[in-house]
Amino acid sequence: MLLEKQPPVSADTPIGITLTINGQRRELQVAPWTTLLDLLREKLDLTGTKKGCDHGQCGACTVLVNGTRVNSCLTLAVMKDGAEITTVEGLASLGDRAGSNALHPIQEAFIEHDAFQCGYCTPGQLCSSVGLMNEGHAHTRDEIREAMSGNICRCGAYTNIVDAIEDVMQGDAR
Amino acid sequence: MNRFDYVRAGTVAEAVQAFGAGARFIAGGTNLIDLMKYDVEKPGRLIDITRLPLDKIEDHAGGLRIGALATNAKVAYYDRVAERYPLLRNAILAGASAQLRNAASTGGNLLQRTRCYYFYDTATACNKREPGSGCPAIGGMNRIHAIFGTSDQCIATHPSDMCIALAALEAIVQVSGPQGDRSIPFSEFHRLPGNTPEKDTNLAPGEIIVAVDLPESRFPQHYTYLKLRDRLSYAFALVSVAAGLELDGDRVKTARLALGGVAHKPWRNQDAEALLEGKPATRETFQAAADLIVSEAKPQSENGFKVDLARRAIVRGLEQAAAGTPQSLSDKRIQ
Amino acid sequence: MTQTFSSTGRDTFVGTPHSRIDGPAKVTGLAKYAGEFAAPDLAYGYVVSSAIAKGRIVAIDSGQAEAVPGVLKVITHENRPRTAWRDKNFQDAVAPPGSPFRALYDDLIVYSGQPVALVVAEDFETARYAASLVHVTYAAQEPETDLEAMRSQAYDPPGKREGIKPPPKPWGDADTAFGSAPVRVQEGYSLAIEHHNPMEPHASTVVVEADGTYTVYDKVQGVSNSQQYLAGVFGLKADQVRVLNPYLGGGFGSGLRPQYQLFLAMLAAQELKRSVRVTLTRDQMWSFTYRPEALQTIALGAERDGRLVALRHDAIHGTSHYEDYQEVVVNWSGVLYRCDNVALTYGLVKVDTPTPGDMRAPGAVSGVFAIETAMDELAYAAGMDPIALRLKNYAESDATAGGKPFGSKELKSCFTQGAERFGWAKRSPEPRSMRDGRELVGWGVATGVWESMMMQSSAIATLTPDGRLTVGNSTGDIGTGTYTILTQIAADTLGLPMDAVTTKLGDTRLPEAPVAGGSWTAASSGTAVMKACRTVGEQVFKLARAMESSPLANVDFDRAVFSNGRISVAGDPGRSVSLVEVLQAAGVDKVEAVEQAGPDKDFNQKYEAYTHSAVFVEVKVDEELGQVRVTRVVSAIAAGKVLNPKTARSQILGGVVMGIGSALEEESMLDHRIGRFMNHNLGEYHVPVNADIYDIDVIFVDEEDKANPLGVKGLGEIGIVGTAAAITNAVFHATGKRVRHLPITVDKLL
Repeated sequence: MLLEKQPPVSADTPIGITLTINGQRRELQVAPWTTLLDLLREKLDLTGTKKGCDHGQCGACTVLVNGTRVNSCLTLAVMKDGAEITTVEGLASLGDRAGSNALHPIQEAFIEHDAFQCGYCTPGQLCSSVGLMNEGHAHTRDEIREAMSGNICRCGAYTNIVDAIEDVMQGDAR
Repeated sequence: MNRFDYVRAGTVAEAVQAFGAGARFIAGGTNLIDLMKYDVEKPGRLIDITRLPLDKIEDHAGGLRIGALATNAKVAYYDRVAERYPLLRNAILAGASAQLRNAASTGGNLLQRTRCYYFYDTATACNKREPGSGCPAIGGMNRIHAIFGTSDQCIATHPSDMCIALAALEAIVQVSGPQGDRSIPFSEFHRLPGNTPEKDTNLAPGEIIVAVDLPESRFPQHYTYLKLRDRLSYAFALVSVAAGLELDGDRVKTARLALGGVAHKPWRNQDAEALLEGKPATRETFQAAADLIVSEAKPQSENGFKVDLARRAIVRGLEQAAAGTPQSLSDKRIQ
Repeated sequence: MTQTFSSTGRDTFVGTPHSRIDGPAKVTGLAKYAGEFAAPDLAYGYVVSSAIAKGRIVAIDSGQAEAVPGVLKVITHENRPRTAWRDKNFQDAVAPPGSPFRALYDDLIVYSGQPVALVVAEDFETARYAASLVHVTYAAQEPETDLEAMRSQAYDPPGKREGIKPPPKPWGDADTAFGSAPVRVQEGYSLAIEHHNPMEPHASTVVVEADGTYTVYDKVQGVSNSQQYLAGVFGLKADQVRVLNPYLGGGFGSGLRPQYQLFLAMLAAQELKRSVRVTLTRDQMWSFTYRPEALQTIALGAERDGRLVALRHDAIHGTSHYEDYQEVVVNWSGVLYRCDNVALTYGLVKVDTPTPGDMRAPGAVSGVFAIETAMDELAYAAGMDPIALRLKNYAESDATAGGKPFGSKELKSCFTQGAERFGWAKRSPEPRSMRDGRELVGWGVATGVWESMMMQSSAIATLTPDGRLTVGNSTGDIGTGTYTILTQIAADTLGLPMDAVTTKLGDTRLPEAPVAGGSWTAASSGTAVMKACRTVGEQVFKLARAMESSPLANVDFDRAVFSNGRISVAGDPGRSVSLVEVLQAAGVDKVEAVEQAGPDKDFNQKYEAYTHSAVFVEVKVDEELGQVRVTRVVSAIAAGKVLNPKTARSQILGGVVMGIGSALEEESMLDHRIGRFMNHNLGEYHVPVNADIYDIDVIFVDEEDKANPLGVKGLGEIGIVGTAAAITNAVFHATGKRVRHLPITVDKLL
């Protein structure tokens, strides 16, 4: 029975987990209440992933977990034991087809289309865009807009964000 | 967020056994973690059920059995759901964001708690959060609150979109618990607030949702999920309508209708469904059903508009369903 | 001097589109914001917020919190370290008249959400957990926050806020003229309380350095303001505290003033003698500033041909009990329209909330919404096209400033070009006369206006022998593109490629510049950078002339041309020398200059300076279900020279999007019984999401302005002003329903 094999972890006992973050395998000790977001930002100095609301209401914390976009603020790190995590810091290597240090095409497209201003929602927008393309459900402009609605941009760069995503999707199709 | 023990369960039995006072099961966590950060939920133990083998979607008794851990996204994009239960797909995709749907589980969606401002704010009283403390939503900021089935203890609404479709589809919730397994018809799963607003559902302590069963598909053509909200995406429903129709020529053979955003549970009115059945599928018929439904409405100080909005949304939703032109998810023009 | 690139026409980079130079840092996650700087001894502060709006703290029990392992200290009013106490020590550069809020000062509660304790712990989660264990007992009093019910208490603020023009004295006799006018409109208007909600929550990281000085990363729109505040409150000298903020995750005015998390972080750092970070939660973003709801009444009287004969615009809005926040709400009506009988009044009402503050185009968003909606109503009342009505009453001079002419005003071009692009001529004027399938279609127009300002600013430019130029000052790039435009200006001034220029901002070690706000940064910091670069150019030129067998020997500076990294002689391009050669030959390690730039007093005596816009909006309305979609916007802007069309366009897009939020979604809802904003999160306070935003087309019309040598007038605010009115006007055109109280939520259309 599980309880005997694995006693409940109490407040003072960190739990050992393994995460592959941006391609790097890491053995980590985490408290059960540590969210993936707080782990990245406060423990691993991966501050690219942003905390905008901490409640799944803005999308700034979006990362890819096993290639799927999720809100890292609502994800307990301990529950993702064994998962592959990609943050904005690792996007370039995802898009690095030629093995160079080039940016991911979506990063290039965001710069080209001026798809951000203050930049704080941008890591989440980028991870969300990659997640959207992985999902493959959005094709038209309307569908992209709907599928990107979980990422708030208070600077109002939405039309440019859609332009950037469309640009990369069309590039992929060519 | 309070401190808690963490247990990772490998089987349903282990999960049930690990349960005790103050424990919560956690799957997607999209609502529970949210509430824990507000100190609205303070579980002493979290039982991680994400490793349980409950994420399959399979044919079952002429319908479909959806494992409780199948994510909202998985269900929505599952081909058999799209073919046979497009109403469910549309309802799921009308809710939350892509990120949240990727994490949120089927079982967890059923257990979402209300978005009442006062419930979420521990600086205020709330009978649902602290029984007996009062309901400041009554006479307060209640524009988003219920118009049906309220009590003088609580006027909160149930927030899920998926559940509104499941109510219309007459799903059955399969649960497992300390007393064994049982099936709960969807209409009996959620509760009205009454004098115990702290209880959202009829799940017994320690019971875990293992699957949601959909009966044989009846509304693959004539359905809609029409959601009205304060912005065009990523907002909870002010009013939503899940409608499924079977037509016999130009007459309604079967009608199932559930409303979201208006009550403490997905709101069905079987008299209205009966009224529709056998009648011509016309605006007049739909209007009559809508009038019947809203005749029971009891609006609060700021949500009187929901009565009108619900009436109109029901009519439009039934029109969409009858015409076989369900509300598009990305084209925000209302069909 | 002929080095003014804008007058010599030698712009290489200025005026052309360039991607943000901070783009790579922002898309890779390397751009660090205030709450992201680390320190080896960093402790985390978590704020406990008041549950009541008015009353006193009877007791605070921190015992349980302090017993949590990892908790370092719970600071409350009972045990707080001493700081300065006089108001003037707390008054920052943007403070309105009054007695600024001081966190944890005493037991008095003056607004709901006020900080009442700071829990400091070794890690964030421990601080958050312990904060939930701080038990506060209050003696609550009944708060008053219902502005509508308190209208009669309005007063004229005795102390006027610096930089905010009070309403001008009335001229003519508006009431009598209104009474006899054949065409009249008299209505009330308001726009709900809004919260800025930049995506980055407010945060401050105070790092205690080994020598006892402080390095502070603060989410603020101008680090100099925070430095002066910290110096005043904590008795520090300027060299003891360095404030930085290289990137700001949005401000929209919320970061103009140093907010309480900065005070708390420094308080804790001093007390604990270690580095402390305090980051506010999203909910706490409702606990310090907001755009006040302005209750307004407008009375317009006109002749049958539409000529205005009476204009009255009265407004009141809330302020806190401790400060008299003021913004310009009513003056815009007098600026925009020529009329012989005008009365503009403005008053405040004390409510139990924090002090409101500047939020993108403060005052203008509310005031212009009201006048531009009223003008639309007048157009219908007079049976005129709304553009024709505006042109009929077009102001060629600023009546609120004694009839001074405008330095430039190309608003007519905005109407012409905007109407053309939008297809306004195809509009059928009758309400409810345009449809697209089931939806009613409405086309509306409104004017936008904002002050064009320039502030005293300084900047440094340093040229090194490797040919690199570094420029900068202490202002911030709040997402506006300041890094990029300053780089363009610097590169053009010294004829260098943009990648040879590094722009540094947001550091109090750089020359002082004002907060980034008011749309004045391009003019102020841009001019200062240009002047500093020009001075460097003069110095390099002198060094070049002094070179042995200098190709520039006996050449006057006004014939010097800086381009391609070289100085050449105008008309004799064969005579030239590279900047690198000059510095190397001179054997200097750098050539550096700090210059000041400020408003042109002569110009300002002669002219008034405003930016203008004409906003055209198409809405599609499902009348039965009350759903409004803003399907098309054309915003035609007259704002002087556009330095970078790419980032400039984004400024306008952002303003329009926020304007759509104002018009349709944004509303902080106060429960007056408890004086508390109840929808204090991004799930229930709705800002536009991607699905809400359709096509937005931005036009910059040509406008030559001479208020500053760059010819720029500022773009940060003008995009939002007028947008909400254009939307309400379009909704009226679509539906025949006039909504005068924003936002236009579904309940207002059923």
